[in-house]
Amino acid sequence: MSALLSIDDLVVEYAGRTTVRAVDGIGLTIEPGEVLALVGESGCGKSSTARAVVGMEKPASGTVDYRGETVPPLGLRRRPQRFTAIQMVFQDPNSSLNPRKRVDAQIADGIAAARLRGAAGSTPQEWLEAVGLDAAMASRFPHQFSGGQRQRIAIARALAARPDLIVADEPISALDASSQAAVAGLMRQLCLDAGAGMLFISHDLSVVRVIADRTAVMYRGRIVESGRSETIWADPVHPYTRALLSAIPHPDGLGRMPAAPAAEAPAEWSASIREALDRV
Amino acid sequence: MSATVLAIDGLRIAFGSTPVVHDVTLDLRAGRVQGLAGESGSGKTVTAMSVLGLLPRTASVSGSIRLGTTELVGLRRKQLNEVRGRRIAMVFQDPSASLHPQLTVGHQLTDHMRRHLRLDRRAAKARAAELLDRVRVPDPEGALHRYPHQFSGGQRQRIAIAVALACDPDVLLADEPTTALDVTVQAGVLHLLRNLAIERDLAVLLVTHDLGVMSAIADDVAVMRHGVVVEAGTREQVFRSPAHEYTRTLLAAMPDGPGTNPEGTDVE
Amino acid sequence: MIRRRRLPIPRAWVSPLAILGIVIAIAWVIVAITAPLWVPYEPNAQGLPRLQEPGVDTLLGTDAVGRDVFSRLMTGASVTIPLALLLVAVSLVLGTVLGAVAGYFGGWIDEVLMRVTDLVMAFPTVILAMVVAASLGPSLFNAVLAAIVVSWPAYARVTRSLVLGLRQQNYVLAGRLLGFSPLRSLLVDILPNIAGPVVVLATLDVGTAILLLSGLSFLGLGAQPPTAEWGSMISSAIQNFDAWWIGAFPGLAILTVVLAFNFIGDSLRDVLDPVSSGERQAAGVATAPTAKSDAAPSGTAAAS
Repeated sequence: MSALLSIDDLVVEYAGRTTVRAVDGIGLTIEPGEVLALVGESGCGKSSTARAVVGMEKPASGTVDYRGETVPPLGLRRRPQRFTAIQMVFQDPNSSLNPRKRVDAQIADGIAAARLRGAAGSTPQEWLEAVGLDAAMASRFPHQFSGGQRQRIAIARALAARPDLIVADEPISALDASSQAAVAGLMRQLCLDAGAGMLFISHDLSVVRVIADRTAVMYRGRIVESGRSETIWADPVHPYTRALLSAIPHPDGLGRMPAAPAAEAPAEWSASIREALDRV
Repeated sequence: MSATVLAIDGLRIAFGSTPVVHDVTLDLRAGRVQGLAGESGSGKTVTAMSVLGLLPRTASVSGSIRLGTTELVGLRRKQLNEVRGRRIAMVFQDPSASLHPQLTVGHQLTDHMRRHLRLDRRAAKARAAELLDRVRVPDPEGALHRYPHQFSGGQRQRIAIAVALACDPDVLLADEPTTALDVTVQAGVLHLLRNLAIERDLAVLLVTHDLGVMSAIADDVAVMRHGVVVEAGTREQVFRSPAHEYTRTLLAAMPDGPGTNPEGTDVE
Repeated sequence: MIRRRRLPIPRAWVSPLAILGIVIAIAWVIVAITAPLWVPYEPNAQGLPRLQEPGVDTLLGTDAVGRDVFSRLMTGASVTIPLALLLVAVSLVLGTVLGAVAGYFGGWIDEVLMRVTDLVMAFPTVILAMVVAASLGPSLFNAVLAAIVVSWPAYARVTRSLVLGLRQQNYVLAGRLLGFSPLRSLLVDILPNIAGPVVVLATLDVGTAILLLSGLSFLGLGAQPPTAEWGSMISSAIQNFDAWWIGAFPGLAILTVVLAFNFIGDSLRDVLDPVSSGERQAAGVATAPTAKSDAAPSGTAAAS
């Protein structure tokens, strides 16, 4: 049986005065019930990868297969029903919801997509409760919620479509620090409850460690290190992963300064190291 | 203990009839970093802005903010301008917003110095290059002739720090100075801020929601919530033995904090 | 992350100019509907003394062929105002639909439509409208057609740029991922969110439309004698320059309607941008400067 999501040699380019290659030949697979984190810093190509997975970006080359079938670009046609089982959660909670539509109606759009695929029905209220919100708030408009609550609603809408693949592009980075871990944990739990797989994009390794089964570290369009999250966290092999991990300041009250790299973007960060990939 | 440079005492701020800061008291000391932590809407940024008189007209401020012997609350605009930039400088979250996109870095650095320090062009330029070198911008002489967009985000923030330090201020207000930066770049800027505080005897007010950053460089920490300082003390006290329930929940919500709570509920 | 807080903005809708605008506009609409029922004279009847000054008998005087200016002016409202509204409505629908299609689908559809709007907008509005009206033949209906030809591109361009901005919004993409057809996406996710600015544009445009229609009639390309239309009334006044009342009162009428709709449009713009005032009020806690922590229970929002 083919993987839930299988990315092979994916290249994403942006045409301009000079063509920018945002993603430079990466490969990934996700199995049902698995959370894969894609981490890296700004401009490393992680968001472009996410966009390519849902069809918002057309690959310059390489393939993105969902259950063995190429994901169609999000073009002028209506998306084929079977692909509505791929859902996305975006970074900015403020633009994730239609400002002029009540939240229950927006979640109902997700439910309708699920029903069209023959999945079981549900109510917006159930989903609001599933993401930790009061079902009585269903008839409100998005601006009546805080940023964190809006993100929970966006998650509810995505989950209401009963997806089996969730692509989350920095879903927690716009939230207050205290709710980040909670929302990330919630996403993992709901994803596993539904038996879905999740591609979780983040720049924050400390959150990723807690919720991802496997992690892939991206730098300048390539995956430099990948494998089991615990292994990478405990024993990073690639110089970039090491720099990334040691640059995270810890709230331990000890006044330890995070390690700063000697230069901006040293050459060794771009090195490809075979044993850093597919670690177990 | 080093001398108090800036003393905020019983500060209250309201927008119209809505109070946003209640009775905040903070002491900024030379060579030390005072952290001000809190979530969005806790009033921490408003507190920092009030020190520079940068609040909108609808804001009413009472209480006291003393810089040495000068009372800043109620100070007239002209005198406040003297203090701003000269004795108190500020660094913001978004470095591109605090740098003028169409002026060279050299122009922005020397402009302050020539006005506030009355340096001539040559002396100002030499000092500007020295500052850029200090904040570790590569090729300082060449950098003077370039524009902000020609630098990376981390370098822009370093340049913004250099601009803030141009007139050798006593107090530096840093509002989420590394929040927009990548973590590897953030580490370098944190080192820079820490070292500058020590070597220039600078009193730094670091406003951030990031408890990791706070733990790395703050000497003293105050935690704000709903406009009130709920806990204040040394870094060790606040992080290792927090007295207030809110501080404890904040720390517990951190994925790599003392008590991990990944699937718990939000902290209010 | 620090969110920039919106400070309370004074409510624009209560501005005296807005109220004045609404009162004048409503008064004219009532006049337009009811004028035939109460005007003292038949608007086209020529039985009165010629060129009589304003007075007790004839409130605003009479014109060169002995018609009552007041009766013609009031009846004229029922010619000019409905046509101006019709013209704006048709331009709005046409321009919005074409602009939305161009912005949403892009590609060659966009290219063709935008080049057509460029072409129309390259000419001065009035001159192009004159050319079109003249080639269609002088009649009020053709004047309206000509005005539509020159008016729709503004709506198309505004709509297109608004749609372009919204098309990449996450909620629009989320809708597509849920299987919305492009049409549904446009109707449900995009159009309701651009309605505000477009309605403002349309309101401001009512004044322009009245000026354009009156202008064409003034030039003899619109309403034909003896129709009581404000532009053609001014036009006929030219032959009798001393009888100032023949032209001045229709001119004043045009001025008041144009100003009224401009006042309304300006206030609408203030109110609708960025969030309409009703919503701002409903949002209450969410937009007040004391914005609470991210995870604040929404109970507080519900209470407001």
